Amino acid sequence: MQLAIFTIFSIMCIAGAILVITLRSPVSSAIALVFVMCTIAGLFALIGGLFVAAIQVIVYAGAVMVLFLFVIMLLNIKDELIQRDEKKLTRILGGVLGAAFLLEIGFFVRKGLTSGSPGLFMPAPNEFSSIESISTSIFTKYLFAFEVTSILLLVAIVGAIMLARGKGRTET
Amino acid sequence: MELGLAHYLGLSGVIFAIGVIGVMIRRNAIVILMAVELMLNAANIALVAFSSFTQTIDGQVFVFFVITVAAAEAAVGLALIVVLFRNRKSVSVDDFNLMKW
Repeated sequence: MQLAIFTIFSIMCIAGAILVITLRSPVSSAIALVFVMCTIAGLFALIGGLFVAAIQVIVYAGAVMVLFLFVIMLLNIKDELIQRDEKKLTRILGGVLGAAFLLEIGFFVRKGLTSGSPGLFMPAPNEFSSIESISTSIFTKYLFAFEVTSILLLVAIVGAIMLARGKGRTET
Repeated sequence: MELGLAHYLGLSGVIFAIGVIGVMIRRNAIVILMAVELMLNAANIALVAFSSFTQTIDGQVFVFFVITVAAAEAAVGLALIVVLFRNRKSVSVDDFNLMKW
């Protein structure tokens, strides 16, 4: 049962990911990426990461992708779509390198599958991955990293505003 | 055959590889950023799978940090693209060759 759900979700996820990198229009790519995020959230929920799944949908599919769509519509890159000629060589080289990487991953996963230890997921205890246990971990063990993250977000906000504000109208 | 850790790691590897291929074959800077998001998501899949497998919560805490970093990266990256578009009237990385050679 679990394996069937995993298969359905992972096929949708991989198909969506391929659409993200092959579709011509950036808007279609962004919509496909939203779809990929949602299927990944489903995969998280399948193995007990319910809270992470919720955050994945809210933050990624909600906030980050809306940011992408905003910028795409802000730039209005219509002529870009028509005259884009992608270089054949980089395309082939990228494909070959990616395929080599995929083979490498496949080799090790196959080795892991056949090496004896089954690697099955245990049924999780009830309190595992509840909001309580996650927040306990964040605010005790990873408190310093959490605080540093706030500085990172501040720097990102200031940097983005500084970059996107443009020159002329700096004084208010 | 039961659902195991290797399934999740295999999926993670495939998504990461698709992201790498996307970064290499696409010329549109926005789509390249999306491919980077795909790679970050592949890392998240692996983290959640290991967290569930070892019954420790740390992997899921790390996913939060990865999501935060991804949001910051997207914000700054998109601001850079807006500035580049303003200066060059294009979002193709072929046009941004000022520091190449």
